[in-house]
Amino acid sequence: MEFSSILFYVFGFCFVASSAMLVIARNTLKAAMLLILSFFSVASLWLLLEAEFLAITLILVYVGAVMVLFLFVIKMLNIDQSTIRAKFTTYLPLGIFVSMVVIAQMALVLSAGQFDLETVEEPARHIAGYSNITELASDLYTTYVYPFELAAVLLLIAIISAITLVHRKESRSKRQNISEQVSVQASDRVRLASISSTKTKKPK
Amino acid sequence: MMDYQFNTADLFFALPELFMIAAIALILLLDLFVSERFQNLTYYLTQSTLAITGYFAFNLIGESAVIFDGTYVLDTIGSYFKVFMMVFSIVALVYSRHYLRAHNLLKGEYFILSLLSVLGMMVMVSAHSMLTIYLGLEIMSLSLYTLIAIARDRAVAVEAALKYFVLGAIASGLLLYGMSMIYGITGSLDIGQIAAFATGANLNSEQVLILNFGLVFLVIGIAFKFGAVPFHMWVPDVYQGAPTSVTMFLSTVPKFAATAMLVRLLIDGLGGLQAYWADLFIILAILSIGLGSLVALMQTNIKRLLAYSTISHIGFILLGFITGVVEGYGAATFYVLAYVLMSLTAFGIIIALNKQGFEADQIVDFRGLSKHSPWFALLMLFVMLSMAGVPPFIGFYSKLFILQQVVSAGYIYLAVAAVVFAVISAYYYLQIIKTMYFDDAEKEITVTAPLDMRIILSINGALILVLGLMPSYWMELAISLF
Repeated sequence: MEFSSILFYVFGFCFVASSAMLVIARNTLKAAMLLILSFFSVASLWLLLEAEFLAITLILVYVGAVMVLFLFVIKMLNIDQSTIRAKFTTYLPLGIFVSMVVIAQMALVLSAGQFDLETVEEPARHIAGYSNITELASDLYTTYVYPFELAAVLLLIAIISAITLVHRKESRSKRQNISEQVSVQASDRVRLASISSTKTKKPK
Repeated sequence: MMDYQFNTADLFFALPELFMIAAIALILLLDLFVSERFQNLTYYLTQSTLAITGYFAFNLIGESAVIFDGTYVLDTIGSYFKVFMMVFSIVALVYSRHYLRAHNLLKGEYFILSLLSVLGMMVMVSAHSMLTIYLGLEIMSLSLYTLIAIARDRAVAVEAALKYFVLGAIASGLLLYGMSMIYGITGSLDIGQIAAFATGANLNSEQVLILNFGLVFLVIGIAFKFGAVPFHMWVPDVYQGAPTSVTMFLSTVPKFAATAMLVRLLIDGLGGLQAYWADLFIILAILSIGLGSLVALMQTNIKRLLAYSTISHIGFILLGFITGVVEGYGAATFYVLAYVLMSLTAFGIIIALNKQGFEADQIVDFRGLSKHSPWFALLMLFVMLSMAGVPPFIGFYSKLFILQQVVSAGYIYLAVAAVVFAVISAYYYLQIIKTMYFDDAEKEITVTAPLDMRIILSINGALILVLGLMPSYWMELAISLF
């Protein structure tokens, strides 16, 4: 077995194991840490595939930025573990059944031998000075320019949505609305209630 | 890359999309700076953007091209769908404005998000690669999730948005998984190359197995977007929880996009596997028609009732695709057109009865409508009879064309079942008519709609009758698209 194959199996095992433990972890903080481990394992797998730029981006963006935010949120929300876990076991048998069926189906299809090296040729190894970033950039800005721009639109929507849903102008600002103040009627401010003086409440 | 060819003149074919995104960026900025002084500016700019985009799409009818390295396709069906989507979006936004005013939701973001979601639908309609289909789907859905949650002070709206978001994410995941399988076996994301692979003569049984495996997940993704049983769970809750104007938008224009996604993926791409996906569609169609007709009988909320009625209409649309012939596909497209027309009118009337802090979303709210507003009661009568499939309305002909094709394709038992359920569903449509005409009103009902909405709503409702009297042009057009 080649050294790179050994590395592949080590990182592959790390990835599958950490993802499985992430799902069943009781502690949210532990789950976040396991997610970081699985990101690292995938990044290592990508390095083996000679996708250095993507691997580094995964660690920088997901581990460096997204996961830090995740941890902040977990710490700030202080989620009660027991309420979340309460329904976990009731759906467990069904969940196990569904995932077993899916795994069995996948095994059936993937063992059909259509994805191995005999039908799909092995990608050629690149030379030492090969630039990943140049290749990515030239693809993104030529062949995939339309999907690339669409992905940018998707990010724009995310920004607009986040601001629309979270930003509250009214509650914070104390700005006066002059026209509203001038046109105010007495009936808007004072409520005249007619209370009968004879009827009394029953003493308790 | 040396072999990449970029021709600037090609951009002309994508003019509707390019104009739309440029206009969105402009409106976004203008809304920020001038919306305080000119409150209606965003609304009018949005409407003119839709109109101009529709005009560009209309001018491109008849042209065909595949550009952006095979990720974008311009063809007749795409151009027609875009024109329809623009027209119906304009109508939907006219109705929406009245609702938004009454419920203090009139914000620039509403119109910008609507435009963005229409942009996503256009991308789906013109997609020629699984990548662009997925991106278009996400652009459309993400905007719709936010539109539902825009009434963020209402717990039901937030719940509906979250439910839609979570289920939509799962559906996207399943769709992507199916796409990855298709990509794995065909080695291409391009719809044309997938079609060439799937219709190839020397496919072995293992390759067909993997194609089918991917196909199942694609069908699930499409069924979810349509809201076909058993992937319909989000439909009633979202229809009921969302602000009525969003429900109206959600139930109409995206149906064109979902149809386009079905056409691109299953007919253009995996047309060679028609016999396989038609089997799946039989189950989806018959369950949708059955459940949609039966569960709607118990509803008291009219938005929820229309949700179940939508599910049963979706069943009819899917029936058209089972036939596997051009006439069947045309009948399904005609049904989409008819359904959108009916649904817009139905929700338009619900919105027309809105007042500050009051929504006419219960069936009892329609009691005695014929005495207060005979004209709008008549329009609602048109919609209900049309949805039930009574001649001479458009809903009758759309059902008739579908059933004709289903029978001539040899699925007589499907046609019989569909007719039985259609008769059952006539009960709840007639129930609404009875409520409007024979029950006495408990409280005053007033039509609060402004003049522009009244005019467009009247035209919209009248079209249900007019197109029902002369459906042949539209039917021939729908068949010619395939």
